[in-house]
Amino acid sequence: MAAPAAMIPYFGQQMSSKNDLVPDWTRQEVSTGTTIMAVEYDGGVVIGADSRTTTGAYIANRVTDKLTPIHDRIFCCRSGSAADTQAIADVVTYHLNVHSGVIELDEPPLVETAANLFRASCYRYREELTAGILVAGWGGGRVLSSSPPVAVGGSGSTYIYGFMDSNYKPGLNKDQCLELTAAALSLAMERDGSSGGVVRLATISEEGVERRVILGNQLPKFSSH
Amino acid sequence: MATLAVTRPPFGGFSFENCKRYANAVIEGEVNKVGCSLPAARKTGTTICGVIFKDGVVLGADTRATEGMVVADKNCSKIHYISPNIYCCGAGTAADTEMTTQIISSNLELHSLSTGRLPRVATANRMLKQMLFRYQGYIGAALVLGGVDCNGPHLYSIYPHGSTDKLPYVTMGSGSLAAMAVFEDRYKPDMEEEDAKRLVRDAIAAGIFNDLGSGSNIDLCVITKSKVDYIRPHDEVNKKGISFSDSQHVASTC
Repeated sequence: MAAPAAMIPYFGQQMSSKNDLVPDWTRQEVSTGTTIMAVEYDGGVVIGADSRTTTGAYIANRVTDKLTPIHDRIFCCRSGSAADTQAIADVVTYHLNVHSGVIELDEPPLVETAANLFRASCYRYREELTAGILVAGWGGGRVLSSSPPVAVGGSGSTYIYGFMDSNYKPGLNKDQCLELTAAALSLAMERDGSSGGVVRLATISEEGVERRVILGNQLPKFSSH
Repeated sequence: MATLAVTRPPFGGFSFENCKRYANAVIEGEVNKVGCSLPAARKTGTTICGVIFKDGVVLGADTRATEGMVVADKNCSKIHYISPNIYCCGAGTAADTEMTTQIISSNLELHSLSTGRLPRVATANRMLKQMLFRYQGYIGAALVLGGVDCNGPHLYSIYPHGSTDKLPYVTMGSGSLAAMAVFEDRYKPDMEEEDAKRLVRDAIAAGIFNDLGSGSNIDLCVITKSKVDYIRPHDEVNKKGISFSDSQHVASTC
């Protein structure tokens, strides 16, 4: 029973590493280290993300927008390789606009449709891609997709599972969800080196999408030091 | 119970089999046995940057191209033409940046003739990122794309794997940390053209004096709605015969 890892082809960057003038991190892949989160409430969903993109140890973009619109009321939160997630999001946006949205159906697409399109791409190319994506939005009869209707993702999510388990209660309203998301993201950003910057939030409901940014000095503080 | 992963032969897309073979040092090993070494790709070690100011975009670049630890070209041009209103600085493997920008420039001209409009920076960005993603990072081109179109000035940074960031100021290349330090200190939104040019000049100078992979002169390209100023060289900070201790060429901070 051979180790499966040895059989998987490695598509890493193998440029001449003999050149000392060009430092390592210029050749590293750009990764959204990340903490991403989505919380459902009655009438919509609140999504949030940090804003840090890294190449190795260097922060390539400290104000990244990881909440990417796929359709009018469907967003995806991206974590993993920046190139892979941007490419997948572009492909799904195209499919949703051209085939599901306008040409074939001419009605707003379901969040489930978008999620299935993501799943198709991610599964088909699972050997080559590094992507963790949360799909959230308003559209389609089903509201509860998981129980409890909360999802977290990214490298920073490991630090806030306990916080989410103890602080989430069913029946929260929109503002409480926003507070919860902001608090959870702040905690994760405090502890995870690959997450940081500002907190980006979005509320998606029937009325539309409301976006806001919480800057570094306005984040909720939890420790005295 | 061990799990069995079934590998299927890759279908569709480019085949990178030969890259793996090279990387596993089959060829390199053979060559080293004979006492030679394979020629290193000529890289632009580089500092490139761009900044958006009130009326447009300023792009800047150094002019050193290295081949291993030797300077191959003391005055190479790293700011490439994409379209009359869009220019692109390139860092990484010199051949990759040169050919990639030429291919996209050609495609963009055809696209512009087809639409009957001046091309948009977002279009150039899309074309570049999709091409680089298709080659999964094997095309070593890190680009700073800037231009002015019907929606105003735009600035993008594009990484070899195909990810892009749209920002008001960006730096790329081995000297990007030095240049970014200057930007983070002195960038302000809605600067005047002269202030923006001075900021970019100082950022590139920081890269030239603090990074071994960057050097020689500073090229600038100022793009606004009405004009494009391709200033090559803007500042010769490393004139032959003048040593650093004699000259006053220290990065200005005023």
